[in-house]
Amino acid sequence: MWDYSDKVKEHFFNPKNAGAVVDANATGEVGSISCGDALRLTLKVDDDSEVILEAGFQTFGCGSAIASSSVLTEIIKGMTLDEALKVTNQDIADQLEGLPPEKMHCSVMGREALQAAIANYRGEEWQDDHEEGALICKCFAIDAVMIEEMVWANKLRTVEDVTNFTKAGGGCASCHEDIEAILEKVLAEKGEKFDPTAAPVEAPAKIAAVKTPLTNLQRIKKIEEVLESLRPALMADGGDVELVEVIGNTAYVNMTGACNGCQMAAMTIAGIQQRLMEVMGEFIKVVPATEMAKLVNIEVA
Amino acid sequence: MSDIYLDNNATTKVDPIVVDAMIPYFLEQYGNPSSIHKFADGVARGLKQARQQVQALIGCEHDSEIIFTSCGTESNSTAILSAIKAQPNKKEIITTTVEHPAILNVCEYLEKEGYTIHRMPVDKAGRLNLESYKKLLSDQVALVTVMWANNETGTIFPVVEMAALANAAGVMFHTDAVQAVGKIPMMLQDTKIDMLSVSGHKLHAPKGIGVLYLRRGTRFRPLLRGGHQERGRRAGTENSASIVGLGKACELALEFIEYENTKVKAMRDRLERGITEAIPHCFVTGDMYNRLPNTTDIAFEYIEGESILMLLNKAGIAASSGSACTSGSLEPSHVMRAMDIPYTAAHGTIRFSFSRYNSMAEVDEVLKVMPGIVATLRKLSPYWDGNGPVADPEKAFAPTYA
Repeated sequence: MWDYSDKVKEHFFNPKNAGAVVDANATGEVGSISCGDALRLTLKVDDDSEVILEAGFQTFGCGSAIASSSVLTEIIKGMTLDEALKVTNQDIADQLEGLPPEKMHCSVMGREALQAAIANYRGEEWQDDHEEGALICKCFAIDAVMIEEMVWANKLRTVEDVTNFTKAGGGCASCHEDIEAILEKVLAEKGEKFDPTAAPVEAPAKIAAVKTPLTNLQRIKKIEEVLESLRPALMADGGDVELVEVIGNTAYVNMTGACNGCQMAAMTIAGIQQRLMEVMGEFIKVVPATEMAKLVNIEVA
Repeated sequence: MSDIYLDNNATTKVDPIVVDAMIPYFLEQYGNPSSIHKFADGVARGLKQARQQVQALIGCEHDSEIIFTSCGTESNSTAILSAIKAQPNKKEIITTTVEHPAILNVCEYLEKEGYTIHRMPVDKAGRLNLESYKKLLSDQVALVTVMWANNETGTIFPVVEMAALANAAGVMFHTDAVQAVGKIPMMLQDTKIDMLSVSGHKLHAPKGIGVLYLRRGTRFRPLLRGGHQERGRRAGTENSASIVGLGKACELALEFIEYENTKVKAMRDRLERGITEAIPHCFVTGDMYNRLPNTTDIAFEYIEGESILMLLNKAGIAASSGSACTSGSLEPSHVMRAMDIPYTAAHGTIRFSFSRYNSMAEVDEVLKVMPGIVATLRKLSPYWDGNGPVADPEKAFAPTYA
């Protein structure tokens, strides 16, 4: 079964604030019964200060849906409504020490119930702005609806495009067949045909490919140039890369910022290596700088 | 009480007698069955015996009709792809909406390749309509593939009758019998079934071994080509230890088939009756009068299956669910949807599946904890109010659906 964190189990087996709040003056009811989750959140809000005095939940759903509801009530108690509106589904997932990607929608449901309850208190009508489809990319938790929308909006044509725009398919790659099926479907609706070899929609900044053999200095400069071109994408994710050393065909790099210790670091490195090889036209190995000591020792020995 | 395993339709414990039968094939007779030295000279005998043990269980005419494969899924894929390769002019396949994904996903793939797939619906008790089946049979149909028994509800389909109808119309017939073999008696030589899939791990043999029964004379195209193994019908070095284990498991299954249909059935019936009597708003799904003896699938309304499983697991009881959340998909089980079970119940289905290793004491233990588990979760449910579902329409739960 799922690899739930201890925190999820704790909130599932001993849920906090279960049941409806007596004298509640705000109620939010959201859910998707077809996917097996529905949640009613009731709040008692102090009319003067708009502070949430009490919160209670009733949930029809799986272990993580119940845990998400429980932790949500704990997070928002004592907050003002304006503060509570800033709670994201990621906050809920973080408080639970993470959720499996297939279960992230449970945290989304929590946030939606909160928004619906606050809208109810303020006499507004809450509109659901989010449609959810079948989960396609399990590495980055991207669903079919999201991919379809991006394909429509950005005229995407290949799996590579989809990865560039949504991240979907950028991890283990096992969803590429599903992404191709979505592309086939959407392109057919637009009267086009899916062509896996179509040119990328927005090619990454072009760097002239190398033709002649390089000296070591030229190679280092070229590697720097390629890293520079990739930097904006890394920084968008809160990370960065630094070139530490080049020995022969091996480039040693430091992954910094959010990239440091990120599970996806290995994949990012593989992506950098791929791009370097395309430009340099030779085999380049990209290795974390932490590996350098070991290798140098071997060479010395 | 030690942990209680009631998930035998998912997989089973390997019988210790089976393990004992296998061990010599790891440590002594580990030679390649194709070799002639003394490390292999007993293997061919072991394989032959296993073939005969499988033959006895399914009642086929010749032991050469048994092809060992790696699993039920391989047997299913082999059967379907063989039928269409051998009859390239026929572009239709008949199946049902409630098959295992090992059938449905192959059919879906073939649909993209241009095949017409007829997926027969079932009624609320999970039964097929044979009149509409007869109308689908034609010379355009390459294969009928219909499961012998449903993995979720245990409902048995009339495959013997359906195979006879297909045969009369000149259509090849395959059945995915991974849930049925070893649980209900069968005599294939008296039927018109052309191909049948078996999975070892559903009947106390190890995982990673299966069988495709192929009636002598049925046109066939191998899935895996290569060596001469299995008379060229399934290339690849024989998984000798597992084949011997499967043979032994089939011998034991035949020995226990009466026990399965009396003692095991009695445990299932007692659990089912106990639960439906003690717990309000729950019901048995599938065809109660035509089912595997070991399976019951019960829908608990207004609560969700994964939550039930987590609480059962905490109480040391293993079962499974047709809820969306246990599968990683967003939809509840396609079998429940095919039977038109309402969503609020479909998500709360729990399957208890027994084996000869279970006991009445275990049934009593489950009966002891189950009402409390359901009550605990209903207390959390927005559809539940005190002692029953929310009745007052003013208070009815009406979420904004995403």
